[in-house]
Amino acid sequence: MSEAATLSNGGGQIGSGRIRRGEEILSVTGLRTQFGPTVIHDNLDFSVRAGEVMGVVGGSGTGKSVLIRTIIGLNKARAGRIVVFGQDLAALGDAAMRDLQARWGVLFQDGALFSSLTVAQNIEVPMKEHSDLPPALRHELIEVKLAMVGLPPDAAHKFPAELSGGMRKRAGLARALALDADILFLDEPTAGLDPIGAANFDSLIGDLQRALGLTVVMVTHDLDSLYAICDRVSVLVNKRVKVGTIDELMREPDPWIQEYFGGPRGRAAAGSAQRSAQEDHRAARHNQSQATPQEGA
Amino acid sequence: MSAAEDLGLGAGAASTLQLRREGAVLRLGFAGAWTTQELARHDPVLRKLDLDGAREAVVDLTACSALDSAGAWVLDRTLDDLKQRGATVTLVGSTPAIETLLGTIARQHCELPPAPPPDNPLIAVALRIGRETVRIGKEAADLLSFLGLTVTVLLRTLLRPWRIRLVPLIAHMEQTGLNALPIVGLISFLVGIVLAYQGADQLARFGAQIFTVDLVAVGVLREMGILLTAIIVAGRSGSSFTAQIGTMKVNEEIDAMQTLGLDPMEVLVMPRVFALVLVLPLLTFYADLMGLLGGAVMATIVLDISFFQFARQLSDAVTLWTFWIGIIKAPLFAFIIGMIGCYEGLQVSRSAESVGRQTTRAVVESIFLVIVLDAMLSIFFSVIGV
Repeated sequence: MSEAATLSNGGGQIGSGRIRRGEEILSVTGLRTQFGPTVIHDNLDFSVRAGEVMGVVGGSGTGKSVLIRTIIGLNKARAGRIVVFGQDLAALGDAAMRDLQARWGVLFQDGALFSSLTVAQNIEVPMKEHSDLPPALRHELIEVKLAMVGLPPDAAHKFPAELSGGMRKRAGLARALALDADILFLDEPTAGLDPIGAANFDSLIGDLQRALGLTVVMVTHDLDSLYAICDRVSVLVNKRVKVGTIDELMREPDPWIQEYFGGPRGRAAAGSAQRSAQEDHRAARHNQSQATPQEGA
Repeated sequence: MSAAEDLGLGAGAASTLQLRREGAVLRLGFAGAWTTQELARHDPVLRKLDLDGAREAVVDLTACSALDSAGAWVLDRTLDDLKQRGATVTLVGSTPAIETLLGTIARQHCELPPAPPPDNPLIAVALRIGRETVRIGKEAADLLSFLGLTVTVLLRTLLRPWRIRLVPLIAHMEQTGLNALPIVGLISFLVGIVLAYQGADQLARFGAQIFTVDLVAVGVLREMGILLTAIIVAGRSGSSFTAQIGTMKVNEEIDAMQTLGLDPMEVLVMPRVFALVLVLPLLTFYADLMGLLGGAVMATIVLDISFFQFARQLSDAVTLWTFWIGIIKAPLFAFIIGMIGCYEGLQVSRSAESVGRQTTRAVVESIFLVIVLDAMLSIFFSVIGV
């Protein structure tokens, strides 16, 4: 307990200010997960640096979601070490684990909102559970979070069943962000959204990540998301992960990776990412010629 | 500056708020990590900030080591508040990162509409009574039309018996009948014991202990056997019908069924209702036996009436009609329990909570209707004199 307290009080700059950008915030070594006789991960190593957006991809059934569920403790690993914020998960007591849980946010596939609570009450749950904020401030923070994820104010008092799929995801994201988590785990955040909704959600995550200095780990099938916001990508093949930027991964000889990034959809996503980057570049140059460049913007 | 350094060394990243007044200038120093966990201490102070004539406020972030979105919100609100009250506000020592975050928060904040206020308690009670009355009326009408539908489908199925789905029928018979044997048997046996014991106590005052057998026989065969079995089955199987069908409804399985041309009435409701109608008379017969056995055991132990005497007294006490009156009611009750279980299941909306609510409703309604019907039948049988 006291060890956890001193660790979480180490100085820093970004987010809630306890970790420095670029430091290894999460590392998994020698992980083995198994359901009955089926081995999902074998001797898997995986790490995430603070302040980056890490995409996790892989074919169906390669254990992308299982990897996330294992890291956040919903799944028991057969072997291996999971270290988050410098703390070994296996060695944590209940109280230390609760403290840790306040420092990560999880967005499940369909939002996993509590169906008996309104959206506002859903966002309030982690605040009530893990902090002693006074009610008035909690109420204001709910307003801030709702606006941050782009939900209209009248959604606050609706129940999850009254929302569309995209709105449920936004509400789920607001709940995951309720405590300004240091790490955000997203499980297929854009699955089931239309392309425009998916693109909006991507840019929302990108904006929040930059503004709040978040570290994001996202499982996705969406190639556009990978190109749009991910700094590095982990590919699950042969029960291990291969990590790198997309350019690095495209040089991997593995047939699945080649097919994934080199296939028609991969090329299309790469093309559109390039086009939008060029547009951004042009727009930026345009802005620069109009206004004097601002320091550190 | 030295204060900030002290902070850094002393309390780690913990946050402090320094308030200093220099003439007409109010200095606010935000030092340390202004994060969600720290705000509970500072929020009340910042809300009740006293300008006390100060015309100018300087907010100093030089010693602020970290700021998250909650901290940024509190900072932004404080700045706004000071401006509103007519002070000139200057922000000192903020970094580009903090500026960006502040900008994001300020741009995106919007007031929520107030939560719908709770009604006046008196009006709320009246509203609830009214709403429930309307709901019960509507539900009664719906149930009646569902009864019509069930009977129609039932008759249609009986005309074409090859359309009865045998595998689910047998599976449901096993679940609702065979698997209920232990609990039904145990409860009937215990009730037989209770009846015999209490009856013997009272009848002993007249020296008429032997009539305990009559009491047990008539009580168990006419009423207790069937009523207890029906109540147990309503709690056990009626609720599980609702939960099964309700969960399928939540998963859109019922919709899928309809698009595949399968009629949920035929696929889901019929096998369940049929199974229950076939099984409940059998269960009742078994419950009768166990109840009598319980009475007989008690009679042997307490009253010294042997099994042989018990049997002879039993054949004097009851006619075959006593037994049949109990059994006749079984298919009726089974139909009610099965129908309500399925009906409530189909009423589930797309949330986990409503599965629970409808299940409760199914059990309460079916037990209620079973007892009402039983009372009506009791009167009916006594009028026609059996």
